[in-house]
Amino acid sequence: MEPDPRPSLAVWKFASCDGCQLTLLDCEDELLPLTDRVRITHFLEMSSAEDSRERATLEGTGPYDLSLVDGSITTAEDVRRVHHIRRISRRLVTIGACATAGGIQALRNFADVAEFRAAVYADPEYIATLDTSTPISAHVPVDFELRGCPIDRGQLLEVITAFLAGRKPNVSGHSVCFECKRRGTTCITVAQGIPCLGPVTHAGCGALCPAYGRGCYGCFGPMVQPNLEAMVRELRHDGMSERDIVRVFRTFNAASPEYGPVPELAAQEAPETPAEEEPR
Amino acid sequence: MSHRGSRVLRLDALARVEGEAALHLAVRDGTVAEARLRIYEPPRFFEAFLVGRGHGEPPDITSRICGICPVAYQTTACQAIERACGVTVDEPLVELRRLLYYGEWIESQSLHIHLLHAPDFLGHPSAVELAREHRAAVERGLRIKQAGNAIMEQLGGRAIHPINVRIGGFYHVPAPAELAPLADRLCRAHDDALETVRWVAGFDFPDAEYHGPLMAMRDPGRYAIDSGTPAVMAAGVGSNGSTPVRALPVEEFERHVVERQVPHSTALVSELDGHHYLTGSLARYAVSGRWLHPSALDAAREAGLGDPATGAVCRNPFRSIIVRAVEVAHAVAEALRIIDAYEPPSRSYVAVPPRPATGCAATEAPRGLLYHRYAMDADGTLTLARIVPPTAQNQSAIEDDLRRQVQSRLDRPGEPPGDEELTALCERAVRNHDPCISCSAHFLDLTVERG
Repeated sequence: MEPDPRPSLAVWKFASCDGCQLTLLDCEDELLPLTDRVRITHFLEMSSAEDSRERATLEGTGPYDLSLVDGSITTAEDVRRVHHIRRISRRLVTIGACATAGGIQALRNFADVAEFRAAVYADPEYIATLDTSTPISAHVPVDFELRGCPIDRGQLLEVITAFLAGRKPNVSGHSVCFECKRRGTTCITVAQGIPCLGPVTHAGCGALCPAYGRGCYGCFGPMVQPNLEAMVRELRHDGMSERDIVRVFRTFNAASPEYGPVPELAAQEAPETPAEEEPR
Repeated sequence: MSHRGSRVLRLDALARVEGEAALHLAVRDGTVAEARLRIYEPPRFFEAFLVGRGHGEPPDITSRICGICPVAYQTTACQAIERACGVTVDEPLVELRRLLYYGEWIESQSLHIHLLHAPDFLGHPSAVELAREHRAAVERGLRIKQAGNAIMEQLGGRAIHPINVRIGGFYHVPAPAELAPLADRLCRAHDDALETVRWVAGFDFPDAEYHGPLMAMRDPGRYAIDSGTPAVMAAGVGSNGSTPVRALPVEEFERHVVERQVPHSTALVSELDGHHYLTGSLARYAVSGRWLHPSALDAAREAGLGDPATGAVCRNPFRSIIVRAVEVAHAVAEALRIIDAYEPPSRSYVAVPPRPATGCAATEAPRGLLYHRYAMDADGTLTLARIVPPTAQNQSAIEDDLRRQVQSRLDRPGEPPGDEELTALCERAVRNHDPCISCSAHFLDLTVERG
């Protein structure tokens, strides 16, 4: 048999909702043509072929030319597994907010996990979990991080084709505001006073929320070098309370280091007019 | 192996399901001693970190429990909070929500049929290999799936974790011209869906029967998805036309459905009045089959499911693929009906002012009944969140189904089955139920123990 000339692609999952790897299956028009160019050798959600069972053994049949990693690291076994995946992957790309920033499950990083465990499970001692949810880059070197909760289909295809062609993906780090302008959406903050995280949020969604009359809630995480001080001041001006400001940043990309100063900024900012004390 | 009938089988990672789980099967002296579904998906603690959030947040946050059925989470969360706040949403907004939910149904069910389940019947490891032999069928499936995604993208903003849903309704209600282009796509999808019913009806179905109770939402006159009351069809009721169904008011759900923790799983295991039970396509078809859209009713009859108009029940889990295909035809027809009749509502949402209260709701995620309950204080800060997802409810029934199917294979005369055959049988048995594992962790490796 002739060797298969197609590069190999593996898709791996850690703690997540599966939405980012599902994005690959959502490429309905491109899925079958893509498989003519790429050998999808490990993708548990899509295939029961023997290669797909690599998780069990950790003995890996790689190497894989490109590994896409979905999900964050929340167990000691997953720490070991991600190191193995790095060893058997020529290129490793994280897909989505969980793999890139710890995901919504990183809310545990600000709380007592023992309490979380006890709130959900009657016998918490059976549940093996780390105190933190961390991005893949906290454990192994990553070649590229694709943002979003969930990632954008077009960006995913761009990243796969770029890596297979050996070039850098054309995904820029500017803000959602750029996309809003490109889309021709009137600024909802300027026109309607709706609080919007667009100025500090990483582009990629195509500025969806403002187009639907809703402020951006930051599901793509921080842009490159966000001006959080100005953002927090603006959110205050648009009527958000300290608690709401902290909450909106502490959601799908809660553990992004860029968001670290937010609680302090939200607390320092003196409101222009005396506002009612928040209950907590 | 000391005895021909004693062994242990392990399957460390179940493929073609949403999320991650393992199986452990112990056979002693030719009898299945243990069949365990081990959900090892790491816990993500949604119920814990919802506490302290605002009452407007659960639709966005709980959608992140599952990328395959976010609308089920959004819809159920909205309904539970609206009920707590004593708010009734305008009927045109309810219809729009239903349209979004049909979009998810079409997308998710056709994903399961074509990409996850059909390869089992045609002997392929994945849809990619399946497409080499049945390219037209896979492309047809992807086309239907795309129609569902198109609804979610247009109405919800995107197919995964839609952004246009809020408690009380939507951020933006579409103009008729925004929905009109979906109609052409859905007309094609309706033909494709009926063709899919005929395609899957021709598969070879092993004999199997799930005898236990079935639970699904019931709303007489309608194939209930986002409305109605949980209802239970008793164990053993067959397709004899008489189908006694017991209603279980959603407020009493937690009195009947009790979750308990088992050491082998991060998913809590549910029991209904102390027994395992099944939710999902077989349960919905049993409880509501008579109220399918006429085109889907005809398709069900032609596909050999019996006449749902007279209360036919399908208890063969392998045939759930036909039921799902019929449900897709129904969802497409209903989505078309809503789009044809659409007039923009006068307001995009109804205000939902908080009050100290508790509210619960249940709807039909594609994989089965999903229940939410929230309590909040006067300013809308959540003080409690309870979420009972379909796969956690189905876990015991799936284990019972596994035990039965493996035992029936072991009891068959002739050459005893090898580990490989048993593993394949177990995987198929689990995939029949379309488990959604990320949802339930709070799932498959197979271990067969023969000792």
